[in-house]
Amino acid sequence: MSKHLSGSQIVCEALLNEGVNVVFGIPGGAILPLYGVLSQYPDLRHILTRHEQGAAHAADGYARSTGKVGVAFATSGPGATNLVTGLATAMMDSVPMVAITGQVGRGAIGTDAFQEADITGATLPVTKHNYLVMRASDLGATIHEAFYIARTGRPGPVLIDIPKDVFTEMGEYDPDAPIDLPGYKVPGKADESQIDAAAELINQAERPVILAGHGVILSRSFDELKEFAEKAQIPVVTTLLGISSFPEDHVLSTGFPGMHGMAYASLAVDQADLIINFGSRFDDRIVGDPKRFSTGSKKIHVDIDPAEINKSIQVDAPIVGNIKDVFAQLIPKVKKTTHVEWLRHIEHLKAEHPSLRIPESDRLMGQHVVKALSDVTKGEAIITTGVGQHQMWAAQHYQFKNANSWLSSGGAGTMGYEVPSAIGAQVGNPDKLVWSICGDGGFQMTMMELATVVENSLPVKYAILNNNHLGMITQWQGFFYNGDYQAETYTGNPDFVKLAEAYGIKGIRVTKQDELESAIAAANAHDGPVIVDFVIEKVDDLYPMIPAGQSVQELIEDPN
Amino acid sequence: MASSTGTFQRTISALVQDKPGVLARISGLFRRRGFNIASLAVGRSERPGMSRMTFVVEGPDTVVRHVAAQLDRLIDVVEVHDITDQNIVWRELALIKVAAPASSRGDVLELANVYRANVIDIGVESLTMEISGGRQKIDSLIELLKKFGLLEVIRTGRVATLRGTLVEGEDDGLFQADASNPTYILPIQTGETGSV
Repeated sequence: MSKHLSGSQIVCEALLNEGVNVVFGIPGGAILPLYGVLSQYPDLRHILTRHEQGAAHAADGYARSTGKVGVAFATSGPGATNLVTGLATAMMDSVPMVAITGQVGRGAIGTDAFQEADITGATLPVTKHNYLVMRASDLGATIHEAFYIARTGRPGPVLIDIPKDVFTEMGEYDPDAPIDLPGYKVPGKADESQIDAAAELINQAERPVILAGHGVILSRSFDELKEFAEKAQIPVVTTLLGISSFPEDHVLSTGFPGMHGMAYASLAVDQADLIINFGSRFDDRIVGDPKRFSTGSKKIHVDIDPAEINKSIQVDAPIVGNIKDVFAQLIPKVKKTTHVEWLRHIEHLKAEHPSLRIPESDRLMGQHVVKALSDVTKGEAIITTGVGQHQMWAAQHYQFKNANSWLSSGGAGTMGYEVPSAIGAQVGNPDKLVWSICGDGGFQMTMMELATVVENSLPVKYAILNNNHLGMITQWQGFFYNGDYQAETYTGNPDFVKLAEAYGIKGIRVTKQDELESAIAAANAHDGPVIVDFVIEKVDDLYPMIPAGQSVQELIEDPN
Repeated sequence: MASSTGTFQRTISALVQDKPGVLARISGLFRRRGFNIASLAVGRSERPGMSRMTFVVEGPDTVVRHVAAQLDRLIDVVEVHDITDQNIVWRELALIKVAAPASSRGDVLELANVYRANVIDIGVESLTMEISGGRQKIDSLIELLKKFGLLEVIRTGRVATLRGTLVEGEDDGLFQADASNPTYILPIQTGETGSV
């Protein structure tokens, strides 16, 4: 039944009808009419961030950790352009989000008006789809379309730009109006011939490896992956974004491969005779040189996005479909088997190439911190990270037990993601323990969101791996630029404990290995947010390492 | 089909929703994926609210084979087919204004006649003809008219469609089936449709 409402009211009612109960945002002139009706919709909780990038990453963290569509509000012009990094991050990692931006009034569009930016133009490459809505009566259908597009198929961010006078215009809203998207296809079950071809390869393989990507997490196929792997006794390698799709204490768990992955995982992928890729896009950080990537293996690629098939790696058996449906089709056709010799070989690889050995040292190192976090939290926390050495140490040394407990900017590699994404994860999971593992570089890109943490009494724990350096930059300059170190040292870092205290957050400093466990336990026990400043050794290079564009032959396991 | 520069051309036919910004979405996608548009023709289709676009795209083979799949990801693209390796018929159109004083007018008109070009405008010192057909036919007429003094050449992009029969035609579509290079088509069994 159609209702006569203002544009702003239509937006709020449509959001509520989509099951939204929290949005992250900041008001500004063009979006003020929307904020003007929020008091009429108390079920729509608004979390005020300090920067629009923070709103976008918080919505992203909320979406990844709950599986629901994350929502961000921003105003026109700079408010909208500040969302772009967050949208790009979500786009690269296929995260379902809807961003709603205010726009200047319809009559002012195209006149270079105050706070005008062509945000639909600017976000074309970093959104799955976007809209500029010119009539209040189109708002309801557009919002429902946007949510449908964001959460189905390969998920992604959708932006809706709304001129100020469309918010105030009266219009019709029919929540039951059908969605009409003739050009949008959502793959479900796969073609049986593709399933049969893949099953035959799987049943013939002697050295198969599963490569589990973000698609397993996005389709919530954790149980199916486990059932499939156990039935055919196939080792499971997860990609960086596939981490926490498979329990890491499982005997078939074989780490993550690629640039800074475990050597045994990269070797297993290289030596396999069959790679079964579930929802990974054969990213260049895994593949390196495509001509030399696992040359002895046949490849099955399961992906919901047909455009990913044969994009970087030519495959023998493509399967286009929803991974959850594909597992249901594939599992009955796969024979129960053991692969005893191959699994014994994998155990041998793990023993010979431990990769995660932490060098003997009295110093406090990043690896020590993550290992202690993993031990004290029993691998059960939700972990968010930024990008750099701390991210790789977290991926390597935290032993994830719970499904979907790892939130990290993989494709875009966005420094600063760690601080606001933890806010979104904590809002979406109020009863879970959320640890944000940060570098001192990335932390300072978004640390203004500590105010958001305090304002909303969120008990997020921040672990800063503080070496006063851009660690990965230092490592690369050492490796690839003859040790010509430039702009890699931070000499002006604040005292992070005092910073915490300035926000009214509990601050703890840790400088020695023997302080780790008690400090982490104290942070866990504290009923509120905590910042732990882990003062780690200046720079420890991160291994294993396969230099960009190379292959497993160039793998540097541990030069020390 | 390979050109002399080692790049490949593919012909793509797409049915798109007739909405503002569709062309920007498509050209933006082409730009950021490194596809080069050799020609583009757009017009209303037989379906209300839909336009049909025919692209000729150039680039390395592994890249241009992905054009159709990437285009299909766009929400406003309803249907897309890479028809390069299929039995297609295609045409380009050119308007050619050429110098034609009384002294050479007879020769120009004779050439137009041989090429089945229609004269659509005539002035004291020049005439304009239209020609449609394959690229090579148009190229060769233009070449022959050069010595009379070309004043203006306006060419459209290629428009193409699948043949209605399986009988192979003449030269007009440059039909080149290459069995060693099967067209990249993946069956998709649609679970949900976009219209719910």
